[in-house]
Amino acid sequence: MKLTLRIWRQSSADQPGGYQSHRLEHVSSDLSMLEALDQLNEQLISSGERPVSFDHDCREGICGSCGFLVNGQAHGPRAATSVCQLYLREFSDGAELTLDPWRAKAFPPIQDLMVDRASFDRLVAAGGYCSTGTGQAPDGNAMPVGREQATSAFSTATCIGCGACVASCRNASASLFVAAKLAHLGQLPQGQPERARRADAMQRQMEAEGFGSCSSNLECEAVCPQEISADWISWMHRERRS
Amino acid sequence: MTNGLPDPKIPAGPLADAWRRTREGLPLISPLRKGQMDVLVVGTGLAGASAAATLAQQGYRVTVLSFHDSPRRAHSVAAQGGINAARSVAVDGDSVSRLFADTLKGGDFRAREAGCQRLAEISSDIIDQCVAQGVPFAREYGGSLATRSFGGALVSRTFYARGQTGQQLLYGAYQALMRQVELGRVQLLTRRDVLELITVDGVARGVVARHLLSGELEVHTARSVLLCTGGYSNVYFLSTNALKSNTSAIWRAHRKGALFANPCFTQIHPTCIPSGDVFQSKLTLMSESLRNDGRVWLPKNPRETRQPDAIPEEERDYFLERMYPTYGNMTPRDVASRRARELCNSGRGVGPGGRSVYLDLTDAIKAEGKGAIAARYGNLMTMYERISGDDPYKKPMRIYPAPHYTMGGLWVDYHLMSSIPGLFVLGEANYSEHGANRLGASALMQGLADGYFIAPSTVTAWLAGTPAQDVPTDHSACREALESTRRRISQLINSEGNTPVDSFHRQLGSVMIDRCGISRHADGLREGLEQVKALEQRFEAEVRVPGEASGPNAELEKALRVKDFFGLAQLMLRDALAREESCGAHFREEHQSVDGEARRDDLNFAHIASWEHTSGGEPICHSEPLQFTALQPSTRSYK
Repeated sequence: MKLTLRIWRQSSADQPGGYQSHRLEHVSSDLSMLEALDQLNEQLISSGERPVSFDHDCREGICGSCGFLVNGQAHGPRAATSVCQLYLREFSDGAELTLDPWRAKAFPPIQDLMVDRASFDRLVAAGGYCSTGTGQAPDGNAMPVGREQATSAFSTATCIGCGACVASCRNASASLFVAAKLAHLGQLPQGQPERARRADAMQRQMEAEGFGSCSSNLECEAVCPQEISADWISWMHRERRS
Repeated sequence: MTNGLPDPKIPAGPLADAWRRTREGLPLISPLRKGQMDVLVVGTGLAGASAAATLAQQGYRVTVLSFHDSPRRAHSVAAQGGINAARSVAVDGDSVSRLFADTLKGGDFRAREAGCQRLAEISSDIIDQCVAQGVPFAREYGGSLATRSFGGALVSRTFYARGQTGQQLLYGAYQALMRQVELGRVQLLTRRDVLELITVDGVARGVVARHLLSGELEVHTARSVLLCTGGYSNVYFLSTNALKSNTSAIWRAHRKGALFANPCFTQIHPTCIPSGDVFQSKLTLMSESLRNDGRVWLPKNPRETRQPDAIPEEERDYFLERMYPTYGNMTPRDVASRRARELCNSGRGVGPGGRSVYLDLTDAIKAEGKGAIAARYGNLMTMYERISGDDPYKKPMRIYPAPHYTMGGLWVDYHLMSSIPGLFVLGEANYSEHGANRLGASALMQGLADGYFIAPSTVTAWLAGTPAQDVPTDHSACREALESTRRRISQLINSEGNTPVDSFHRQLGSVMIDRCGISRHADGLREGLEQVKALEQRFEAEVRVPGEASGPNAELEKALRVKDFFGLAQLMLRDALAREESCGAHFREEHQSVDGEARRDDLNFAHIASWEHTSGGEPICHSEPLQFTALQPSTRSYK
């Protein structure tokens, strides 16, 4: 198939950026979006142009490295899919796709489609853990965890930290990311001792990083590759009051 | 040194409990002194993150380097199926000795028994540790930990979190690491590629790293260096590894004197989504756990054109069940891969080019319902559907073997120290307990055993016994390492060719999978060696690395990695050629029984082949003999 990629090109944070259109004349519809960018980059290198920068690694939807907007949608049009798992067969022959980086105050631009998401690590550092050291663990079966409870905790623990929730939120809020971590640990017995402190610390850090607040537009839930429910944001708001 | 090898420090006395005895005899360091000692940890996967968090908890000043933007991205995150642990469950009678025996046998008696024993003994503590961190393992209705079974084992000892076990274990270690960052005990340096090891008087004292955004070269020095940088399956270009997984840190250490053990032991995983277009960049694994409920088959008729659901039962060949009645679909990975390849080569494969076999969940879906299967493997089913465009609930999956894990790696002693004093190697990066073939769900166990439990004790012992001065970053050894790294970069940047790096990497991969993949023979290996040498020369003359050494330059990152893969590839081929036997994942066509099973040669090859780099000349092989006291080598049969 043929494809036109209209890509946001920006050499560094202090330089202005702009769109540049690139054409792929023969590309297989069985390739992923990122493989199409690989093919484009080989083309650009051979013609002496600077290849497009984008973060990626595992290419199976689990490392959370990749992420950009495809025609304005975080990770593209397919639900529950990160952009490395988005295949060109989703698009019609000759389609034009506009690719933009995540745009948020707390995700400063680096180059082209690459942004700095270190703020997510700082959110976790603020309290997204159980304070237990190596070698201090009791028997894993000492504290029973019911199957439903374990499954529910797991469903929030699956967040891959890609940042799509922030990028799709008009307030660039990290509420879904923070709520997911609070709900993961807050639903398990191991997470109880620090539950209130964790909720407070992570939400304070979220404000300090310049993420916005939640105004319940639910875009985050719609784009989340792991389908984490925005109901956990309401759950988080109740946590803080308690 | 004996046989040119350092003392492997294997404990004397009875095997059982040897690790506890060793640990209790190791010297300690006062917590106050630890605060004045710094340790470098390279890599933040299961091994690196767990080691860094634990060393920091003990009081060391830890610096962590990762090429990712966040430690949470490390490729351990992609491990799907589970983690083994021997916990006595009354029903199936599992025990430490069974896990020990399965690991040693699974590795076809090419690992040290003391290491396998230690792994089995530690395994249960790992589960407790992860539970305490909040890892949401699957549970039974009564609230106890649930298990499932994996290939090469007849008991159910694999603990799991749906098909995302690696992700959940990694996040446990990552969160523990970030807590230490917050406490100020870990300096976290992301987007750094480690390109050279720094040794002072033969002792590992630091690394040269390239900052991947600024392009600046940095020197980091410490009292000890831990390489936790994963495996080298990407030498095959197409593999289940993440695209940036590479051999550079361990390869540069090898060039500086670290022995490389059994480089040819590479695991080709039987159940992956097959390749298609030339621009396909990776092969995606479908967890082995699917074989719990899935049946592997091919049509009996080699010219079959019907859709799978139109082929009646009596015209299907469930070949693993037929050939291995005891283990059936749960035969170990090497055996399953080899059989699938043989049948596809004989023209019975399905799908484009006949390069795949069916993995069929129909019976399980019929028996238990779609909901039960989705609960067990939901994310895998979705992943398959995204990539292939087919619905695996309606149509059998098509799978084919793909490079997945490397048992070979830097030689380490029982303390996980390489042949360079002060250089520790953890997780997949070392050669260790998996011998010639790793069993499913044992990689996570080994990475975490190394990081949480073994290295923290043995690194301390090393530091306690080795007083040393700080190495200033302008030390002559640092300046030399910096200069040689700078030269390598400018050679690549100044290359005047016109061919992108990936094009060479693809060709290297195709030679390696062909010559040094599932099945190997002497002529092919010799030809492979010539092909790789020729390709490396072409790479040097014809590669194009656009852009500058400063600033982000993904092509330069790739070029540096591929250059190191060329060196490693040649060592793999030599090692495969020298090992004139079939064992585990290393199948030499010259050495097989009449029914096509591997023929091991314990008389001549019950050893770890440890390669020494020589500048200019051919590498030298030192053999570490393997001794078996607790379990005598037997023919590995899964029939």
